[in-house]
Amino acid sequence: MDELILKLKKEVIEQLNLEETTPDDIDPDSPLFGEGLGLDSIDALELIVLLEKNYGIKIEDPKDGKKIFFSIRSMAEYITEHQK
Amino acid sequence: MAYINGVGLISPQKTAETKEFLSEIMEYKADYLKCIEPLYRPYVDPIQSRRMSRLIKMGIASAKMSLADAACTMPDAIITGTGLGSVEDTEKILGEITKDEMFLNPTPFIQSTYNTISSQVAIQLKCHNYNSTYVHRTFSFESGLIDGLMQIEEQTAANVLVGAIDEMTMNHLQITRRIGHWKMEPVNNLTLRETGTPGALAGEGAAFFVLGNEQHESTYAELKDVATCINLGGSFKPEIFLPDFLEKNGLSAYDIDLVILGVNGDVTCDPIYIQFADQFFPGKALAWYKHLCGEYHTATGFGLYIAANILKRQIYPGILHLNNIKPGKLKHILIYNQFRNVNHSFIVVRGC
Amino acid sequence: MPQRIFITGYGIISCIGNNLEENLTSLLQSAPGLGRLNHVETILRDELLVGEVPKTLDELFILAGITPAEGYSRNALLGMIAAREAAVNSRLELYPELKTGLISATTVGGMDRCELYYNDFLTNDSRNAYIDAYDCADSTEKIAQMLGISDFVTTISTACSSAANAILLGARMIRSGRLDRVLAGGCEALTKFHLLGFNALKILDKEPCKPFDQQRAGINLGEGAAYLVLESDESLKKTGNLPICELVGWGNSCEAFHQTASSPDGIGAYLAMKKALDLSGLSPDDIDYVNAHGTGTDNNDLSEGRAIEKLFGARIPMVSSTKPFTGHTTSAAGSTEAILAILCLQHQVIWPNLNFKDRIPELCFPPVDKLLTDVPVNTVMSNSFGFGGNDTSLIFTKVNANNENSAGNADNV
Repeated sequence: MDELILKLKKEVIEQLNLEETTPDDIDPDSPLFGEGLGLDSIDALELIVLLEKNYGIKIEDPKDGKKIFFSIRSMAEYITEHQK
Repeated sequence: MAYINGVGLISPQKTAETKEFLSEIMEYKADYLKCIEPLYRPYVDPIQSRRMSRLIKMGIASAKMSLADAACTMPDAIITGTGLGSVEDTEKILGEITKDEMFLNPTPFIQSTYNTISSQVAIQLKCHNYNSTYVHRTFSFESGLIDGLMQIEEQTAANVLVGAIDEMTMNHLQITRRIGHWKMEPVNNLTLRETGTPGALAGEGAAFFVLGNEQHESTYAELKDVATCINLGGSFKPEIFLPDFLEKNGLSAYDIDLVILGVNGDVTCDPIYIQFADQFFPGKALAWYKHLCGEYHTATGFGLYIAANILKRQIYPGILHLNNIKPGKLKHILIYNQFRNVNHSFIVVRGC
Repeated sequence: MPQRIFITGYGIISCIGNNLEENLTSLLQSAPGLGRLNHVETILRDELLVGEVPKTLDELFILAGITPAEGYSRNALLGMIAAREAAVNSRLELYPELKTGLISATTVGGMDRCELYYNDFLTNDSRNAYIDAYDCADSTEKIAQMLGISDFVTTISTACSSAANAILLGARMIRSGRLDRVLAGGCEALTKFHLLGFNALKILDKEPCKPFDQQRAGINLGEGAAYLVLESDESLKKTGNLPICELVGWGNSCEAFHQTASSPDGIGAYLAMKKALDLSGLSPDDIDYVNAHGTGTDNNDLSEGRAIEKLFGARIPMVSSTKPFTGHTTSAAGSTEAILAILCLQHQVIWPNLNFKDRIPELCFPPVDKLLTDVPVNTVMSNSFGFGGNDTSLIFTKVNANNENSAGNADNV
C-alpha cells in the first residue's frame, strides 16, 4: 500500500502539473480538494483519466469521484479493490 | 476615438521586463522568434496557473501589465484577438486523438477554445462585463480594436481592455512551411530584408492595451480609427479606400508623418507595401517592426505598441527605419498591414 | 434616434432540415434529429447520440451549389449553405451601395478535415490544400467570397455563445453607422476533436438530452449553420425588404467564475438577460418566450433556471430548450436558436422542450413540454452561454409589437 501511495503521489503531481509540490508535501490522508491541495472539478476529470490510463479503471459518473479522490489513500484503496 | 492609456507587451524583445523603449535589441538566428517570458508569479497564482499553457499565462500577464500601466483595476470590457488561439493545446489533442482516442485529458481541450484568454483574464479580475474574442487571421486584433472603439462611442465603457495574442510552435511552423508561409531555414532577424527569399520569419507575441474615454497622465496616444478590408478578387481599391478612411478622420495622406508597414522580409509580399508607400506616401518616413517580433496574425499588436511609444516619447528609434526620411514631426502615424493581399488593415494613431 | 435593427431573412441547416422550410416542418411535427454518428470516425460512434446533418461531404457540395474541390471543410460547406439561403432571402446581391458586412462564428473551424489529415500535414504534402482550411477564418472567407461581401468581414469565437455574439456585433455595427446590413451567424461541424473533448469533460448524455429535467444527464452535440440578415431602417428603405422581426435588445456578460462551469446563481446569465432587457426598454413582463440555452447538463440548467427566476420573479415566461431537436450546435447554436425563437414570433407557436418529465426541484418552473399553437407571441428572448462564462442574450419582437419607441415606418415599405 505504501508503495502504491508513493507512486500515486508522483502520478498526481505529474498529471495535475503541481510543479512546486513534492510527494512529501502531500499527506496521504488529507483532502485533495478544497482545503488540502486546492484542486477543482477539472482536476477531478484529470484524475479520472489517470485511473483509466494507468490502472485500467473506468469511472463513468464523475460524481463518484468525490469519494474516490477524497485523499491519496482513498484513491489507493479504490485502486486495490478494483484493479483486475 | 479612444485614448491608449496602458500597454503591456510580451514579445521576442525585452518589452515585458523594462519600461524603456527598444533600448536593447535582441538579435536571433532562428526558425521563429520566441517570446521572452516574464516570471509569472507576480501575475498568476501558481495553483491557478498549474493547468495554464504558455499562451494563457502570457495573455494574463500582458493584460495585467497594461491595466497596471493605466492604473485601471476593472475594465468595462475585455476583448481579445487571436488568429490561432492555443496552438500548443490544440496540438496536444490532435496528437492524442490521431493515435489513441482513449485517454484524452480535459485540460488541453478546455484551453484550446479561443476565448480562454479573455475568459481567464475575466476570472482573474472577477470582471462580469462585456467579453469577446475575435479569431479572423490578421483581422483578429483589428476587429477587437473596432469593438473597443464602439464600446467607448456607445458610452457603455470608460475603459476597454483589448489584446493581440498568438503563439508559434515548431510543429505548426513545419506544417505551415509546407504552404510557403515561412522561410525554410533559420535566419538572422536583423538582416531579414537581405535574405531575398520568399516566406516570412515567424514570431509571436502577447500585447494588451487599455483604451479609455479620457486622457490621463499615462496616456500614450489617441487611437483615432481602425479599418479592415478584405480583398476578394481585386475588390480592394486602396486608391478609394485609403483617402476615404483618412478623410472620415479629418485627415489626408499629407497629415501622416510616419507610416508603419508590415514588411516582413518575404519577397513575394514586401513589394505590396513598398508600392503602397510609393503611391500614397512618397517622401514620407517609413518604419517596419516585424524583424523584432516576427510575423504572426496579431503582429499589429506589436505595431501599435511601437506607434504608441513613438508618439508618447517623441523618439523614433533607428532600428525601425525603413527609409532615410526623417519625419518633420511625430503627430500622426498610420499602421498598414496586409496578409497575402487578402486581409488589409489600417490603424491611425495620433499624438496627444 | 438610433437605427433600428430589422431581421429580413435567414437560412439554416441542422440535423432537422437542410433549409428553413424543412426545419420548420420538423419542429411542427415535434420530430427531433438525433441519431448515431455517420460522418465522423471515432471509437465513441456507437455510444453517442448526436445531431448530425445526414449528408456526406459530396452531398454538402451539391447543397452549397459549388463544384467539389480540395480545401473545403464540412464546416465551411455547412456555413455556405445556410449563408446563401439567408442572402437569397434578403437579396443581398442587390444594392451594392449599401455597406454590407459578414460576421461569422465558429470555434471548431476546419478541424473536421484537419483531424483527418493531421498526420499528412506533419509528414507529406498530399493534403496541403487543407492546411489553411483549419483556422476559424477559413469558413468566413469562403462565405464572403461566395457572396461577394467585402465591406467588413470578421469571425468571432466565444465557444457556445459565438453566433449570438456575431448577431450582437452586427447590430452594434449597424447602430454605430459603420454598416447598413449584416449577414451574421455561425457554423460548426461535428468533429472527433470536440466530441472527445466534451466526452473528457463527462458532460455528454448517451440518451436523448433532457434539458430542465430532474434526471438530465448532459448534452447531445449537434452540427449545423444558421445566418440572419440584419438591416437598418435606412437599408430597408432602399431594399424594400419586409422585416420579419426587430432585434431590440442584446446583452453580453461574463460569469468570471470558472473555465467550464456556470456559477451556481447564474450571475453571467442574469446580467446578459438584464442588459438585453434594459437596452430594449421592455419590462420582464413583455417577454413571452425564452428560448433557453438549456444544454441538459446538471450545471447549466440549474444555473440558467435560477437566473431566469431572478430576472422574471413571479411571472416566468414560457421557457423551452430546443436542443433536444437539433443537438447542441455549439458555435452555431446562437444563430440557430435565434431563428427558432423568431419562428415562434412568425407562427405564434412555442416549441416544446422534448424529453421533459420532472421539474428540477430547486426551480419553481417547468419548461413548456408540448407544442403550443395559436399562442400570442410578441417578444422572444434567446439565450446562448459558453465555456469561459461568455453569456449572451438577444431579444426579438414582432414588428409593431410594443413599439412605443417606434422611429421608422418599416411596415410601410
